[in-house]
Amino acid sequence: MSDKLSARSRARIENSIFLAAVILLGLVTENTYYLQIMTFIGINTLLALGLNMLMGYAGQVSLGHAAFYGIGAYATAILSGTYALSPWLALICAVGGAVLVAFIVGLPTLRLSGYYLGMGTLGFGMIVNILFREWSSVTGGASGFVGIPVLEAGPMVFMSGKSYFFLVWAVVLAAILICRRILRSRMGRALRAIHDGENAALAVGVNTHYLKLKVFMFAAALGAVAGFLYAHFVLFISPESFGFMVSVKMVTMVVIGGMASIWGALLGAGLLTLLPEVLHGFAEYEMIVFGLVLMLVMIFMPQGLTRGFLDIYHASRKKRQ
Amino acid sequence: MTNQDLRQAQSQQPILDVQGLTKLFGGVKAQDNISFSIEPGIVCGLIGPNGAGKTTLFNMITGIYAPDNGQVIFNGRNTRKMAVHQLVKAGIARTFQHVELFGSMTLLENVLVGMHVRTRCGFWGAVTRFPWVNREEKAAVEKAESLLEFTGLIDDAHKPAGDLPVGRQKTAEIARALASDPLLLLLDEPAAGLNAVETENLGQLIRAVKDRGVTMMLVEHDMSLAMGISDKVIVLDQGRKLAQGTPREIQNDEAVMAAYLGG
Repeated sequence: MSDKLSARSRARIENSIFLAAVILLGLVTENTYYLQIMTFIGINTLLALGLNMLMGYAGQVSLGHAAFYGIGAYATAILSGTYALSPWLALICAVGGAVLVAFIVGLPTLRLSGYYLGMGTLGFGMIVNILFREWSSVTGGASGFVGIPVLEAGPMVFMSGKSYFFLVWAVVLAAILICRRILRSRMGRALRAIHDGENAALAVGVNTHYLKLKVFMFAAALGAVAGFLYAHFVLFISPESFGFMVSVKMVTMVVIGGMASIWGALLGAGLLTLLPEVLHGFAEYEMIVFGLVLMLVMIFMPQGLTRGFLDIYHASRKKRQ
Repeated sequence: MTNQDLRQAQSQQPILDVQGLTKLFGGVKAQDNISFSIEPGIVCGLIGPNGAGKTTLFNMITGIYAPDNGQVIFNGRNTRKMAVHQLVKAGIARTFQHVELFGSMTLLENVLVGMHVRTRCGFWGAVTRFPWVNREEKAAVEKAESLLEFTGLIDDAHKPAGDLPVGRQKTAEIARALASDPLLLLLDEPAAGLNAVETENLGQLIRAVKDRGVTMMLVEHDMSLAMGISDKVIVLDQGRKLAQGTPREIQNDEAVMAAYLGG
């Protein structure tokens, strides 16, 4: 019994440390550039969290996840920008739309085994991106969409800076809590069972197709929320923010951070958002150093940063004893 | 009147009725026109040399393979169009020849996953945690603990299943299978990898499960176990049903002797 209690209280401690760190960083940081970077880390964490549930637990890769990110961003841009709908209503439509699209895309592809979802989503992501680019009368085409309104809630105005930082990280915290609740529930146990052994999960009565579809829809919803936050943060969106490379970057975040780990999503998103900023000094060699860092992480921490750091921590404790 | 007596009195019809089951693998008949039926409440041994098609038969009864011909009637229903999880819900559970527990999860969690078809909390339940979700979770944990108590595994309830010795893992598979409240439990070589004492305990456990009114089919190579606990034995050889009868009848069957002694 004590094991279980300690696991639960450890989760509580982790959440509290996370919350304290976010509040501290938000209050201490005055530099708008740093605040902006940290806001982007938050948005990317949302993307990685959803994808991590899909890849790390359901064992399915989505190579077109930027499409849902884009659907979220464009839906709110068009609805609140062009049609002057309240952004909060637009958020509901964006998430609902992304979930519906995920259902339609996922239903046939998840029924097949192996990497069909990967291939299906790859094509899907490209089609959606072409749509953003070519449907210029609605999306603004390749030159982008201008005129996304600033988020407001009563007397609060979420302009870039501290207020947006806290908004994004509050959503991240909520998403982490939701993921944790799912993982601890009947649905989460079934998901972890698929991760450990899909055949056995099927044999004990888990409808694995349906469960994977549900997780895919959940990941799409988080992607759409991230797209919504992104659109109202930068106030200008263009198709290349939601292209194939962005999908690949999301998958990289999950793998680098550590699959099947909530904090892995945060670490992966942090590293992949920070690295390009830090590496600006390398000028034209930036991409080479970027690739090198990712390779080194994968060579020395093949299970991702979370596992890698835990291993180092355990090893150093053993040495001290 | 015990549960078992009640069930026997209620139903005259067999719990499982296999009719002319045939399965081809690339033109080779892995199962050739197999028919038999199993009465409620009995333990039925399924024996035969390696490659006789025992596991294939299990995979067809549990819905993993679709038969090329013939049908399986379970509890009065034709299972042809039913998916694996629907069959589990209808009351068929199984264990695996090679242990397939969820290794990183605790024993308790393994048994809870076994209860998947008898519980209903989904995404919204998990997120909102309404009172009914907590009630369901509490009842599920209590039931899982009582199953671990029943199978003698309660001391390991919070250990990761992958860390346990093989003997306990095999028992844990039975506990997980029982969690779905099966009417029919298929055990695929439950004694494989067990020592003499563990096999003895397994025999007692199977008898205890039988007393709960669960019908069982077991594939087993340990003859003293298979003959000792089975009410009825079916012998398969090269995808065909060679013989069927009480353990005593089978032991005196010449065709069976020939198959086993390489005649």
